[in-house]
Amino acid sequence: MTTSVAPQPNAAYRPGYTRGYFARAANLRTGERFWSVGRIVAILALVVMAVAWLLPFLWAVVTSFKSETSAAATPVSWLPSDGFTTDAYTSVLREGNIPLWTWNSLVTATAITAITLVVSSLAAYALARIDFRGRRWLFLLIVASIIVPPPVLIVPLFYEMLNLNLVDTYWAIILPQLVHPAMVFVLMKFFQQVPVELEDAARIDGAGRVRVFWSVVLPLSRPILAAVGIFVFVLAWNNFLWPFIITSDASLMTLPVGLQTVKSAYGLQYAQTMASAVLAALPLIVVFLFFQRQIIRGFSTTGFGGQ
Amino acid sequence: MSSAALDVGAGATRARTSASDQPRTRTQRSRNTQVGWLFVAPFVIVFAMFLLWPLIHGFYLSFTGESITGAGGAFLGFDNYVEALKDPIMWRSMLNTAWFTLLSTIPLVLVALVMALLVFQGLPGQWLWRLSFFMPFLMASTVAAQFWIWMYNPQLGLVNYLLGAVGIEGQAWLQDPTWAMIAVVVETLWWTVGFNFLLYLTALQNIPEQQYEASALDGAGRWRQIWSITIPQLGPTTVLIVILQVLASLKVFDQIYVMTQGGPGGVTRPVVQYIFETGFTGYRFGYASSIAYIFFAVLVVVSLVQFQFTRRSQS
Repeated sequence: MTTSVAPQPNAAYRPGYTRGYFARAANLRTGERFWSVGRIVAILALVVMAVAWLLPFLWAVVTSFKSETSAAATPVSWLPSDGFTTDAYTSVLREGNIPLWTWNSLVTATAITAITLVVSSLAAYALARIDFRGRRWLFLLIVASIIVPPPVLIVPLFYEMLNLNLVDTYWAIILPQLVHPAMVFVLMKFFQQVPVELEDAARIDGAGRVRVFWSVVLPLSRPILAAVGIFVFVLAWNNFLWPFIITSDASLMTLPVGLQTVKSAYGLQYAQTMASAVLAALPLIVVFLFFQRQIIRGFSTTGFGGQ
Repeated sequence: MSSAALDVGAGATRARTSASDQPRTRTQRSRNTQVGWLFVAPFVIVFAMFLLWPLIHGFYLSFTGESITGAGGAFLGFDNYVEALKDPIMWRSMLNTAWFTLLSTIPLVLVALVMALLVFQGLPGQWLWRLSFFMPFLMASTVAAQFWIWMYNPQLGLVNYLLGAVGIEGQAWLQDPTWAMIAVVVETLWWTVGFNFLLYLTALQNIPEQQYEASALDGAGRWRQIWSITIPQLGPTTVLIVILQVLASLKVFDQIYVMTQGGPGGVTRPVVQYIFETGFTGYRFGYASSIAYIFFAVLVVVSLVQFQFTRRSQS
């Protein structure tokens, strides 16, 4: 079986597509001049915006490499008079909890992503393909629940975690983040496009439902599973409100939550505050640099269904 | 465009099952039912436990005087709702949320569109443009907020420094009641515009190139093409982005909580923060739930209005 029969997640962004588009977009075939005033303005606008968008991050990075004295020195300057130093990073890493929080984020986000993928794809497959009693009713319930805003649930969820005796545990962070009705919907849409004939062939050979799902449908669904996985992971990695409510033990905090406590702890130590923030931002930025294509594809596939 | 958010009807149709599955007999149908529920069971369990049950329980709590100690859980009828509707802080936070939504949605759509149009020109270094605009979206809310607290620092921040360089006097942006909300909106724009930018970029790619070629043959210039082809073709995408953005902006909490704690003087406090404070600082679970349900009702109404509006504009 070739992968060419696999339905593609529709309308995903194709990162390589614009490459070489410059010349074509310039309408050279109509004889328009390449360096028109409009084009120069457009290029300038793009450069200005990109610089503006990079600036806050660059400024934070530069600050994090200053000594506390020169970070707090006026007038503001990009180049500190006493040179750059990694002192802020050394003390944050030595005294702070950043490595621990990164680990907590990694554990919880990975568990959330893995469990969500399993649970949601099983449900989505059944909703797409199995004509079971109550299917339509369940489908409507799941779709309707997309509208429920997470902040509405924080009070009763906290109450529930108190009763389950799970406050300040990994499970308390993980469990409520496993419910992504919108992702079930996205996956269901995809499974509906998988040609039924492929499954029939396998079933005639005597494969059961689970086997068909595992060895025929899932291998064809890698792009959509990757897309959903990326979306859920980033959401979980960056989630603030729920982990903030449910963890008070500093050793269980995730990165975004821990960082909030750093702000109050370091007070006026600007270089250390920025070093913490940069360290917290770093993992996803590095991942993004390596997997830009996949991540951008993932978000553009799940985008409309994901919010 | 197959828009997941709106295209509910298509999914609600009968499952497209293979020929061997058409339930010809009652036993076959019940077998399908068994297997089907087995497949959905894990999701249904987490769904029921961590969405449906809290949703119902929260509704019940909103009619009680429940607090964190478990004491005072008496049934109060509509008392909480009556109190909420008379609560000036509740109203203030609702208005703040609405104001934030209005102020943020417009630039978050327009700037995203401009970014996408500029990047789609196809200049070399596509990865760099995408990185610049999309990367902030991958940062946690607290990270982005920390960066901007530093940017906005009255004496040491880059914002006042750059404004000073062009002769504009700086402000204590986050501490000034007139500027705090604007400052929060600017931070939100920086942080989340990349997502809308990406959705626009995807939509731009899906405009068939033949349309441009045809109009180029008719002698249409680049600007003409943008107005007469690109913008109209992006219509359905824009509608969806606006809908999603309004719903996202109404739920604002993180960045405001980190940057201003709702201040100064409550001028930036969003309704989610008020739910949070009532529940977890005041420990009034029942009252917090009633505010949460008022907020939920507003959200449902806004969604329905938007949905109706799109349906009408499409037909």
